[in-house]
Amino acid sequence: MSEHLLSTRGFTRDSAVALLDVAEDMADTQRRQVKKLPTLRGTTIVNLFFEDSTRTRISFEAAAKRLSADVITFSAKGSSVSKGESLQDTAQTLQAMGADGIVIRHSSSGAAHTLATSGWTRAGVVNAGDGTHEHPTQALLDAFTIRKRRHGDDSRGRDLDGVRVVIVGDILHSRVARSNLWLLTAMGASVHLVAPPTLLPSNTEGWPVTTGIDLDEAIDGGPDVVMMLRVQRERMTEAFFPTAKEYASLYGLSVARADRLPESSLVMHPGPMNRGLEIAGAVADSPRSTVLEQVQNGIGVRMAVLYDVLAGERAA
Amino acid sequence: MTLRSLLDADDVRRAITRMAHELVEHDPDAERLVLLGIPTRGAVLAQRLAAQMTRIAGRDIPAGVLDVTLYRDDLAGQPTRATRRTDIPVDLDGATVVLVDDVLYSGRTVRAALDALTAFGRPAVVRLAVLVDRGHRELPIRPDAVGRNLPSAKSERVRVTLVEVDGADAVTIEGPFTEKEEHA
Repeated sequence: MSEHLLSTRGFTRDSAVALLDVAEDMADTQRRQVKKLPTLRGTTIVNLFFEDSTRTRISFEAAAKRLSADVITFSAKGSSVSKGESLQDTAQTLQAMGADGIVIRHSSSGAAHTLATSGWTRAGVVNAGDGTHEHPTQALLDAFTIRKRRHGDDSRGRDLDGVRVVIVGDILHSRVARSNLWLLTAMGASVHLVAPPTLLPSNTEGWPVTTGIDLDEAIDGGPDVVMMLRVQRERMTEAFFPTAKEYASLYGLSVARADRLPESSLVMHPGPMNRGLEIAGAVADSPRSTVLEQVQNGIGVRMAVLYDVLAGERAA
Repeated sequence: MTLRSLLDADDVRRAITRMAHELVEHDPDAERLVLLGIPTRGAVLAQRLAAQMTRIAGRDIPAGVLDVTLYRDDLAGQPTRATRRTDIPVDLDGATVVLVDDVLYSGRTVRAALDALTAFGRPAVVRLAVLVDRGHRELPIRPDAVGRNLPSAKSERVRVTLVEVDGADAVTIEGPFTEKEEHA
């Protein structure tokens, strides 16, 4: 059990497998006649979103509601945050309102950690994406999806030993890549990062990964999983790469590239996708693509996380 | 702290056989009878009971698993409990369901099980079978089939072990006893 979920760095193989096993049980409950569980009845969860993210917010909201928590959504736009209220004042206000859990998305790296350790609130904090730092529930649902595709109903108790994962795209700014590399390697997978030189962090020392700049080489290595990252168009102006067309031709997962992958290789994308840029539409819609499963699995995984952080005893 | 053996392997086997007979006699006409065990040891007991009941009744009586963790009312104030896989082998609408657990104590686990059942449909009848009833109920719940009634003190711990999980069939009680209780 955890006090908060801020990062995937703290996971061991066993703790990750145990949490994904709970997520399996949570996913199973969503096939029952009555999908709502009484588990978090009387618990108030605040979705504190300083950055727009309809998908992640809705997924957390659905997860919390299926566990019978009361959910309050707090978007920065139109709130007192846009009037200049600090994170501290917002957190203290939520504490005074009796929030038991806070799901936070923020553009600053470390915002979730600050909220959890500041003493402004006693709520359990779940990081739903902080700057370019981490997005732990995305990594958990990715690991869950890989495991499910490989083992189906026999997924419980399994790690990712020997699974070879290639993550492609804007590694420099990607919290999805960071959370995934810690979690997947903790579970026994190997991770290879591929990016244009300008979008690869200058120092990846201490990361348990290999890196490269050649997507074709990585594809010909026959990886089990190719995870494509979203090109954040807002960063296109900063000249990290010359043109969208050039990016697509060098780092996009085209039909031709996907066809060179082993038949069993999976293609993943955290969404939302830029079809035709980092991934061809036909690849995104192909049987090897897990894009929609990732969205679906997100609810069970987030139910497991909320259960883990909020159901048991909390330190005073 | 002392440990007393209350039931040995033969006692456990006989208790299960008797419960199987009772349960079949209880619902002789139930067309759709299903046993649902509460993990971990209740699920093992449900398997054993179902096998014997299938033999006694001469028709297939299935067993499944019902995890009640997410329906408990005592999750707060304890470390987070791991959930277990639920496996409901038949449609429960209109079925006769026998809930099976190893030890009946406060009744809170059974209450959670009754709540969990409603997520799967509306059984015609729900019964309760336990290997050991140790008393100290906190809710108005009573078993329909009991392997052995073992009045116990709240300060004691009743432990059921089963071959499939623990390597041996036995029921033991441990806890601090006065000399008088020990020789009673």
